[in-house]
Amino acid sequence: MVLSAPPRSTPPRSASARRLTKSAAPKPRRRIRSASRMDAFAPYMYIAPFFALFAVFGLFPTVFTFYVALFDWNPIGGQTFIGFENFVTLYGDERFWNAMRNTFSIWILSTVPQLLLALFLAQLLNNVRLKFANLFRMTMLVPYITSVVATTIVFASLFGRDYGLINSFLNLFGIESIDFAANTFASHVMVSTMVLWRWFGYNTLIYLAALQAIPKDVYEAAAIDGAGGFKQFIFVTIPSLRPVIIFTVIVSTIGGLQIFTEPLLLSSPGLTGGAGRQFQTLSLFMYEQGFGDFKFGYGSAIGVTLFALIVVFSLINYLLSRRITSDE
Amino acid sequence: MTTHSSSAAPVARSTGRPLKRAFAGRVRWWTYAFLIASVFMSAFPLYWMFVVSTNDSAAVSQMPPTVLPGGNFFALAEQVFTTVPFVQSLVNSFIVAGSIALAQMVLCTLAGFAFAKLQFRGRDPLFIVVLITMMVPTQLAVIPLYMIMSNLDWIDSLQALIVPGMASAFGIFWMRQHLASVLNNELMQAARIDGCSTWQIYWRIAFPLVRSAAFVLGLLAFVTAWNDFLWPLIVIQSPENYTVQLAIKALQRQYFVDYGLAMSGSFLATIPLLILFIFVGRKMVAGVMDGAFKG
Repeated sequence: MVLSAPPRSTPPRSASARRLTKSAAPKPRRRIRSASRMDAFAPYMYIAPFFALFAVFGLFPTVFTFYVALFDWNPIGGQTFIGFENFVTLYGDERFWNAMRNTFSIWILSTVPQLLLALFLAQLLNNVRLKFANLFRMTMLVPYITSVVATTIVFASLFGRDYGLINSFLNLFGIESIDFAANTFASHVMVSTMVLWRWFGYNTLIYLAALQAIPKDVYEAAAIDGAGGFKQFIFVTIPSLRPVIIFTVIVSTIGGLQIFTEPLLLSSPGLTGGAGRQFQTLSLFMYEQGFGDFKFGYGSAIGVTLFALIVVFSLINYLLSRRITSDE
Repeated sequence: MTTHSSSAAPVARSTGRPLKRAFAGRVRWWTYAFLIASVFMSAFPLYWMFVVSTNDSAAVSQMPPTVLPGGNFFALAEQVFTTVPFVQSLVNSFIVAGSIALAQMVLCTLAGFAFAKLQFRGRDPLFIVVLITMMVPTQLAVIPLYMIMSNLDWIDSLQALIVPGMASAFGIFWMRQHLASVLNNELMQAARIDGCSTWQIYWRIAFPLVRSAAFVLGLLAFVTAWNDFLWPLIVIQSPENYTVQLAIKALQRQYFVDYGLAMSGSFLATIPLLILFIFVGRKMVAGVMDGAFKG
């Protein structure tokens, strides 16, 4: 968005210039012809690897998911076409609705505080007089390079029922230890904390970059009009950040609806997301059905549903964020 | 939320100087307090990982637990190396993440170069297709992807992890932006007059100009591949083909019971990235801020 501004007008000029140099170049004719034929073909060769890889490992599997979902498909036992039966069964399956509730609960608990925190920290970082600015920025990105697996293992220990640091801390204030994994809401808080921890710094840096791109005279004008810091934030900062906020919300939605590793490792060695499925997400449910029970068709139906949800929510996010933050 | 600008502006006016830059205001003590708290929040879980992997389980399960590193690091690390083929898993992860990073640097720069600087029919629609593919959550198609790998006979092999990740839409977008702003057309014309083919322009001129942007892309790809879990979990079966994340998973026996070993494995698996980060962290920060748009 910031980067795309300068070079817009250049390509056409290069085209005509190229044609010019071609005809003017004093080179043996045969060489030019073969070289130019190669060159006409070259761009397609350069972009072909991406399209080939995407077609085979991205597009085809995505489309094929819709097909597999129409079958009772067992990798060992064979497959039978059953139409929409998988979907009918799925939407009557209490485990599905449970996973749906968990996914949304975890998604909201992780996304909303995370983005608000990121916005707040970005605002703090956006000051050229701030000392140690690089140090602050760098440490915030450390969680991002830590794997989800390592993150989950550390936080599982911190949230541990008997010896966890968080419970020890709560005990200092006379609060009873919480069995985070056993309680539905507490387990969602635990998983959300892991997601928040890994991504808040990344989003902070994205917001910071956007804040730095806001022209300073907008703030100056607002200050002259008597707008204080808070008013400036609401009427200048937020509207200017609109595209970036939409972007981060959509990315967090796509990521949030696919949360998988944390609940899987927390329910290890099982795949159910706790004894009562209290923190099984949709992605984990898909994995459980597909690769735990080898119901490829049923698992694909979950995948298709999740796919549709992501598309719908991305659209809703986009439209809502546009309405809410539009400055008329 | 912040009061910098409102306090800076009147001061500037009263002294008759031009208005100061909006965000060069005085930094309040509580700004530092909040930022230090966020540093603590970012770093503490890693520190805790280190504490647990250097203590025996008695020390971290007493009341209150210790919060200082102990002397048990090598004992636990040795246990990690004997319980799972940890060295092999590190090597595998390096192969996978390294190949993906290299492939992305080359292929995305190449495609980015075509989209930024070459004329061809269908260029703009094709670029829009690239942008749209960024929004497709392909993780949900793991079941058919598994079938494809099964047909290719790639199950339980490292190429099943490498090949699907070799090019990315984000990488193409990122490299296109950089090439468009850095490589000027006069230079390209000059090269053409000198008889350079398109390939030579790419390899001799374009790539060197965007080396550092390609490096940042490679870093992000490396970190993503190193940390990937769902796909390796599905496609890799035998311990000698484990990536490091699968090795940690294998160390994790049971939730809430003796996580010393898993913590030690996690710590050992994070060290290579932390070392990398010390050297290239600034570049990565700049990359994230500069690219902004990545999922």
